[in-house]
Amino acid sequence: MLRDQDRIFTNIYGFADAGLKGARARGDWDGTKALIAKGREQIVEEVKASELRGRGGAGFSTGMKWSFMPKEVGPRPHYLVINADEGEPGTCKDREILRHEPHKLIEGALLSAVGIGAHAAYCYVRGEFYRETEVLERAVDEAYDAGLIGADACGSGWAFDFYVHRGAGAYICGEESALIESLEGRKGQPRLKPPFPANVGLYGCPSTVNNVESIAVVPEILRRGAAWFAGLGRPRNTGVKLFNISGHVEQPCTVEEEMGIPLRELIEKHAGGVRGGWDNLQAVIPGGSSVPVLPKSICDSVRMDFDSLHEVKSGLGTAAVIVMDRSTDVVRAIARLSKFYKHESCGQCTPCREGTGWMWRMMERMVEGRAGVEEIDLLDEVTRQVEGHTICALGDAAAWPIQGLIRHFRPELERRIVERQVAGEGKAA
Amino acid sequence: MSTTPDAVEQPDSFAFTGENLEKAKAIIANYPPDRQASAVMPLLDLAQRQHDGWLPRAAMDHVAEVLEMPPIRVYEVATFYTMYNLAPVGRHHVRVCTNLPCWLRGSDDVVDTCRRSLDVDLGATTEDGMFTLDEVECMGACVNAPMMQVGDDYYEDLDAASTESILAKLRAGQTPTPGPQNGRRGCEPVGGLTTLTEIKAGGKSRGKGGGKSGGTA
Repeated sequence: MLRDQDRIFTNIYGFADAGLKGARARGDWDGTKALIAKGREQIVEEVKASELRGRGGAGFSTGMKWSFMPKEVGPRPHYLVINADEGEPGTCKDREILRHEPHKLIEGALLSAVGIGAHAAYCYVRGEFYRETEVLERAVDEAYDAGLIGADACGSGWAFDFYVHRGAGAYICGEESALIESLEGRKGQPRLKPPFPANVGLYGCPSTVNNVESIAVVPEILRRGAAWFAGLGRPRNTGVKLFNISGHVEQPCTVEEEMGIPLRELIEKHAGGVRGGWDNLQAVIPGGSSVPVLPKSICDSVRMDFDSLHEVKSGLGTAAVIVMDRSTDVVRAIARLSKFYKHESCGQCTPCREGTGWMWRMMERMVEGRAGVEEIDLLDEVTRQVEGHTICALGDAAAWPIQGLIRHFRPELERRIVERQVAGEGKAA
Repeated sequence: MSTTPDAVEQPDSFAFTGENLEKAKAIIANYPPDRQASAVMPLLDLAQRQHDGWLPRAAMDHVAEVLEMPPIRVYEVATFYTMYNLAPVGRHHVRVCTNLPCWLRGSDDVVDTCRRSLDVDLGATTEDGMFTLDEVECMGACVNAPMMQVGDDYYEDLDAASTESILAKLRAGQTPTPGPQNGRRGCEPVGGLTTLTEIKAGGKSRGKGGGKSGGTA
């Protein structure tokens, strides 16, 4: 089990002061000037060596992403954009960083900005996080007042500004190019790539968009060294991670654990176990609503990291673990997610705009068994007509939960259909 | 996405108060020169807060004028995002999450309690104009499910009784204490900490002496 000394977010529960004084007592802003002095190249190399993979869901190498930025800063300034538009159902980790560890985010933003040659960061926080934004803004003011950021950040000579921008309720703005569109004052509709943000991002300038958690762990990686971070977990799946455990567990909670912890251990050690015991488990969505659901047989042994979950055709996503016990109507559960994606489709691409509605309506019929058995394959086919045929990944995200349901719970879908047919015949007779 | 109801009585005009105009200027200064369109979202929020929680057309036009944007660009934004209300709302805007993690923990009970207690349907406002009840998608407090937002505050770890109690306090003109309603502080396990026990929660994890003091918890 991970030892407390290897935990980064020691105030994740908000028991201590989130402000500068409390943050300094936890070791934040300790020797930041020397970390800045490492310079752009070394910062990127160390983050690469730590094998940190993005914490927003896609799991792309953070250091690699930084290295896509132009080597020389030309006439167009570079921007760091922080994605705090947390809204993936099941996910509530960035919220805790914003309201309880804001200084880790601000310090991380400064160091990350040095890593990509940026002098400004925009942090896009979902609009509903109003109180969290208040805490973050207070922390930003404190950092300015203490000279930690501003014209001469930490006395390093590096100018750095941190701006907070609140969203207004649109899941799609968590997609990086939609977030940029929104930040520029438009509807949050994703952009076609290429060009990628590293070349043409915010205001047409080279930009890197990173998740809150990815940024907030950077200071500790640089302070303790890449080897420390890479030594936790296993290769390509390194470090510590915030996990959100929700649904049918005795004690839903957020906890920082080592990457690769077995799912069962995570649930039993920290969340008090599945309601009614492990054998009462029916299914788990292991990484937020977008990743395919897993049946108990896989949950018995799977580890919580990118590659382990990929091997079982699901994903770590945001590491938001949604637990469903045997009392759950698992078809209705997935249908609820289908309704969500229909609601959140931005409407730009036809396969997603039409497909999310089509999938939701079919799912509603599947809940009641109001379908033919052959329509299960038709539904699967519809998901594959949406997946991969849209500008952004929302179409994929709408398709995957249904694919997971059909893969693991086809007998349940068939049972409902047959039972309804038999009941209908009974009435007719 | 929000949609404009057919018949909303629109005020003739809207202008930021002096104080809000100063706030608007400070917000605009957060963005590079000639990029003031970036301020459209915070300015719409500011206008909505000034105008009893909803955005009449005149407010959108005023924001367009302040930002030197074509009004249609502002309408596009105002109609795209769910937090802009294009029709009047009650003094307390109650938004209940019914997404999967909340549903698994009993959001149906929260919705039922709200409907019964307020005597309104989802999407409607009480006759006295005190409450608007809405169903919303995930608000990012899933380990504290089920939850609802009233105004800017989250009320978490709800059940029927605590929901009723919150509504009763609001009706009586009081401000119920936001956050978890089951006695815990935040997102920690309710039965006691399983981590951060070797060091005090909120303390410094990197040991090895050092000049600074330890935890402050």
